Amino acid sequence: MGRSISTLKVFLRQVAIILATFLGLILVTFVIGRVMPLDPVTAAIGPDVSQEVYDKVKEQMGLNDPVWLQLVNYMRSVAHLDFGYSFFTNQPVAKDIARVFPATLELAGVGVLIGTLIGVPFGIIAAVKRGTFIDGAVRVVMLIGYSAPVFWKGLILLVVFYAALGWASGPGRLSVYYDGMVPTRTGLLLVDSLLAGDWTVFRDALSHIILPAVSLGYGASAYIGRMTRSFMLDQLKQEYVSVARVKGLSERQVILRHVLPNCAVQLVTTVALTFGILLEGAVLTETIFAWPGLGSYMTNAMFNADMNAVVGGTLVIGSVFVFLNLGSDMLYRILDPRTRA
Amino acid sequence: MSLAETSTFERIRRGLPASSREAQLARVWRAFHLLWTSPSAMVGFCIILLLIMVAAFATLLAPQDPYLQSLPSQLQPPSAQHLLGTDEFGRDILSRIIIGTRYTLYIVVMVAMIAAPIGLLVGASSGYLGGWVDTLLMRITDIALAFPRLILALAFVTAFGPSLNNAILAIAVTGWPPYVRIARAEALTIRRSDYIAAVQLMGASRLRIILLHVAPLCLPSLLVRMTLDMAGVILIAAGLGFLGLGAQPPAAEWGAMLSSGKDYMMSAWWVATFPGFAIFTVCMGFNLLGDGLRDILDPRQES
Repeated sequence: MGRSISTLKVFLRQVAIILATFLGLILVTFVIGRVMPLDPVTAAIGPDVSQEVYDKVKEQMGLNDPVWLQLVNYMRSVAHLDFGYSFFTNQPVAKDIARVFPATLELAGVGVLIGTLIGVPFGIIAAVKRGTFIDGAVRVVMLIGYSAPVFWKGLILLVVFYAALGWASGPGRLSVYYDGMVPTRTGLLLVDSLLAGDWTVFRDALSHIILPAVSLGYGASAYIGRMTRSFMLDQLKQEYVSVARVKGLSERQVILRHVLPNCAVQLVTTVALTFGILLEGAVLTETIFAWPGLGSYMTNAMFNADMNAVVGGTLVIGSVFVFLNLGSDMLYRILDPRTRA
Repeated sequence: MSLAETSTFERIRRGLPASSREAQLARVWRAFHLLWTSPSAMVGFCIILLLIMVAAFATLLAPQDPYLQSLPSQLQPPSAQHLLGTDEFGRDILSRIIIGTRYTLYIVVMVAMIAAPIGLLVGASSGYLGGWVDTLLMRITDIALAFPRLILALAFVTAFGPSLNNAILAIAVTGWPPYVRIARAEALTIRRSDYIAAVQLMGASRLRIILLHVAPLCLPSLLVRMTLDMAGVILIAAGLGFLGLGAQPPAAEWGAMLSSGKDYMMSAWWVATFPGFAIFTVCMGFNLLGDGLRDILDPRQES
């Protein structure tokens, strides 16, 4: 009884924090959208219009309203997922984002998968073999992973594995001749091609995604591995580990059955956080691999001073980031009894 | 041998200072000595030192004019004349990387000089004043802490217009929240100390206490945190430069160099690879030094 009430309190508190943070994000993007030195009216209709048209458009865009009213209107449209029109594509920004975002999600998803599959085992090994040569080697490899710029890793991978060795496919999501061969259901090509049972397309999509995903995943594995190592070390100090050993369990059983499950909640939190970071990193990676996702869309928008598109993209990535960040925190607080004071 | 007879160096080395200046020197010596015990931190320290030295003597070290264009010698592979090759305008890449250290150092120092004081002031006030001020400031900080840094910096620079200084501003504006946390934690422990009570009794204003008596003591932890942050700052700055939102051509900023080099990656790999390697090296330096400092100052972590 007491426990469920305190869980509820933690839950409500976290929900309030998440809402406040979203509100903050909306406020910041509102400010960003307004500080632009470039006149938004001119950006929308170009410089060669009469004063009359200019005034009319300004009125239509609501730029004559008091600031607080503009903010309220902005919040209202954001709540309806209306980010305005993109001046560049002449489409609603929300529609554009819905079209390109799956590509980014797929890229970051495969990236975080690679990061987890590499990072967690290496983190465990480093913790178990702590202070040995193996630990040091893992540490160096991970240090390189989070010190190298993600776009640099991408370029090198592209030159080595695409241009020189020809092991993987080059830029883009799919070879041109496979384009549109599988029906779009989720927007994730790997999933769509599997659903259609088309292995040729699946293989082609996989060979396209592998390089950008590895360049993201390497950095992610460095972060995840580092965290795994420190979670494991924290657990290995606990008494239950000695008890398990004294009971005569093999070291393998101690690690996999006792220590690892105790790190599980923290690991899930870390992986969720990493996914948010990769969404950000994807913006940089997509440029190199001509990946038609939200990053490429936003980069294009930036060069065309298409502020609605930039703000819309920022809001979407920012919201997912905030949600993952605070959501995983909430998960952690609810699932881990030690955090309940 | 009595203490007064020993040399200054000996007194500092043994941690027996005879004046306040010597006490300060002794502290620096002890920190350096601890750093020495961690090989990786020492490597990091050396990389940063090298960066600073190269930046200081960049114009002397650069074998050629980093901005001199020469069309006959464009996109030449590394050779004896151009150790790291030339770029699409025939400029010597090694010279440009050497001059580029100044941009990197400039970015790092400026970001630190903008973000850290904001964090220090907000955090010290928050911790010292307590009450609703503390609650309000910390709520705002926590909200800002949950924001995605890179993407907000991108949006900021797009709005303000691409330039090196706007990139620095954007990184600093998104980088202050961690410093608030650190400064507040320090201020919370300081506010109860006797010397603060003494200054209060002497009638010092709150502003004076925060600025002169609380903030200076928060500095050491802030410095460590700054070192840890620098690698991230460099990566974000390089990312902005790479997208064309940071330093503008023909500036020899590493991110921008990498960006123009990416178009020639298939035919002339050296144009983008070497600036990237420079970014990587400096980041690793800061990471190594930061990790080392944390291990030294936070005994719970290792040992």
